[in-house]
Amino acid sequence: MSATFIGMPGSFPKNAEKAVQNSQLRFNLRKATHTIRGKRASVVGELPDWQELRAAGKAIKDHTLRNLDRYLIQMEEAVTRAGGTVHWARDAAEANRIVAGLVKATGETEVVKVKSMATQEINLNDALAAEGITAYETDLAELIVQLGDDFPSHILVPAIHRNRSEIREIFLDKMPKVPENLTDDPPALAEAARLHLRERFLKSKVAISGANFMVAETGTLVVLESEGNGRMCLTLPRTLISVVGIEKLLPSWRDLEVFLQLLPRSSTGERMNPYTSMWTGAVEGQDFHLVLLDNGRTDVLADEVGRQALRCIRCSACLNVCPVYERAGGHAYGSVYPGPIGAILTPQLRGMGSDLDASLPYASSLCGACYEVCPVAIDIPEVLVDLRAKAPHAAAERAGMKVAGWIFNDHKRLAKAQRAATKLRKLVPKRLPGPLSAWTDTRDIPEIPDESFRDWWERTRRSERSE
Amino acid sequence: MRVALFITCVNDTLFPGTGKAVVSLLRRLGCDVDFPAAQTCCGQMHVNTGYRAEGVRLARHFTEVFAGYDAVVAPSGSCAAMVREQYPKLARPGSKGAAAIAEVAPKVYELSEFLIDVLKVEDVGAYFPHRVTYHPTCHSLRGLHLGDRPTRLLQHVRGLELVPLPGAEECCGFGGTFAVKNPAVSAAMGADKTRSILDTGAEVLCAADNSCLMHIGGTLSRQKTGVRTMHLAEILASTEEVQ
Ligand code: SF4
Repeated sequence: MSATFIGMPGSFPKNAEKAVQNSQLRFNLRKATHTIRGKRASVVGELPDWQELRAAGKAIKDHTLRNLDRYLIQMEEAVTRAGGTVHWARDAAEANRIVAGLVKATGETEVVKVKSMATQEINLNDALAAEGITAYETDLAELIVQLGDDFPSHILVPAIHRNRSEIREIFLDKMPKVPENLTDDPPALAEAARLHLRERFLKSKVAISGANFMVAETGTLVVLESEGNGRMCLTLPRTLISVVGIEKLLPSWRDLEVFLQLLPRSSTGERMNPYTSMWTGAVEGQDFHLVLLDNGRTDVLADEVGRQALRCIRCSACLNVCPVYERAGGHAYGSVYPGPIGAILTPQLRGMGSDLDASLPYASSLCGACYEVCPVAIDIPEVLVDLRAKAPHAAAERAGMKVAGWIFNDHKRLAKAQRAATKLRKLVPKRLPGPLSAWTDTRDIPEIPDESFRDWWERTRRSERSE
Repeated sequence: MRVALFITCVNDTLFPGTGKAVVSLLRRLGCDVDFPAAQTCCGQMHVNTGYRAEGVRLARHFTEVFAGYDAVVAPSGSCAAMVREQYPKLARPGSKGAAAIAEVAPKVYELSEFLIDVLKVEDVGAYFPHRVTYHPTCHSLRGLHLGDRPTRLLQHVRGLELVPLPGAEECCGFGGTFAVKNPAVSAAMGADKTRSILDTGAEVLCAADNSCLMHIGGTLSRQKTGVRTMHLAEILASTEEVQ
């Protein structure tokens, strides 16, 4: 997966440590995530059948994933019948090549984009730039990230890490024709972006989108959004290219009923999103291409525990409740998928070859809040623990765990170790050495007691018996 | 009823007072309790850190030690959740191990579950004249779904003033080896948790897991706040005689 963040140095703990020290960032994140968390909880609470809906969402996705080959072919046939063209892309490079080729064939050098995780994942914008094609993001937050030469840090709100004075700076700096007296008032910023984008919409002949869902039965693609910019991209240009991960499939039109309830409530905390656009094949005067993206997904599908990550509908509810995300921020995850879902999806898509990817399964306290809110019931803690078993382990840690396992394997050994600890307790320093210093940097360690419970029990039992 | 205590390795080694409190509480309520000496550790640290094979071995040991009992009581939501929720995922379906787990796991109770669901008592006759706030640790809350069982027990303690903890359901940042592997995030979470605790004006922070209390208590103690941490069992075991 992805070039976007590749080469991002460090590991999750190191990246997070830097983020934690940034108090402005922590304040922004806390405020934003707690607001949306509250909204989600209240609109989800309105539905008495939420748990049934959630179970239905999970079941539909699981059924589709089990029969993915069949439904993908059905999708291809339906799109082709409706006048569209389907392309299959094994990985990011192939997808980028296909899209660049399609754009070049139109003779255009500029494209507008609908906010899409899949194109971020394959780093399409850079690949197009290398071919002399400029891609313009039209989602407000994506635009801020793009103009700021920055990485997204949240699935739904990619610029969550920016406050409005920073956004004003970015606009003044990078947006052509921006009014010089621009304030950092949100309506003023939105208006500036609107004027900037309107020109793009009217000029552009090619648009690139992703999709929230694809319906195999009818060959329909579905995009849910809040701003309406996506709809402008989907309808105005001559050529529409949609890059969609193969897991976005649903078997039938009726299945949408479940997801059109689950997604807006989980993501923006709204009963219904303002804009839902659906399109099937090519309309009069428009060319339509669908690029079906694998990029590691079939490998994830092959993993019995990990495959549940493919149920994800990218609502970002898990990010907004995650205490680790709230403090570490999205960039620490080094991927377009941050937060709990990123911690399980990224190492599966990319493998655990780098320090960063190997540290992601540990970027969680396993508190379980993500599993509780996930609208398709992905047991994120379960996948994290499973990935930890597959992650590379440092030699020192492996040795320590082996010794601990050996001691725990026999209660007599455990009792001996406890007595030794009691004897040596005077030697235990207030600041522990090595990796354990991480504990004593901010926390005191408990006293080692005179006697373990088991020795107390043995001693008092003996005296009871002799009474 | 043959009730076995699973004291857990952390309590056994570092917090024996909690184990003693469980013994005196359950005896006071008329239970005949046993401590099977061969017990060691549920294996949670190994499994959750990625050492599955060692964890599986410890799970096998656990099911052997506790096979013959009618109920197993553990003063730890986290370890009880490990046995009940995670053990079934460790064994191959249809294997001997899976059968042993299916036999033992449902009989494992966290202390407050055992008191309320099995013994059917809410007033355990305790006396503890202090201002207390309760932190429902993650595995108690979302793993075992203990709900209000612990606070119902605390509400019946004479003299005790229970004050609600703001943001109670948020993780304290312990997370086992997480505390050492991601120290910056863990400490930031711990700092926010201690701030909420101080806001309540409580003298004592209570929870049903000593490992989380060790992390929060270590933070409170480093900050010299004067707030004590106590395991639920210790408060429930307190009576006028031992005050
Ligand atoms: S894992 Fe679940 S909660 Fe997180 S983004 Fe995906 S669907 Fe939403």
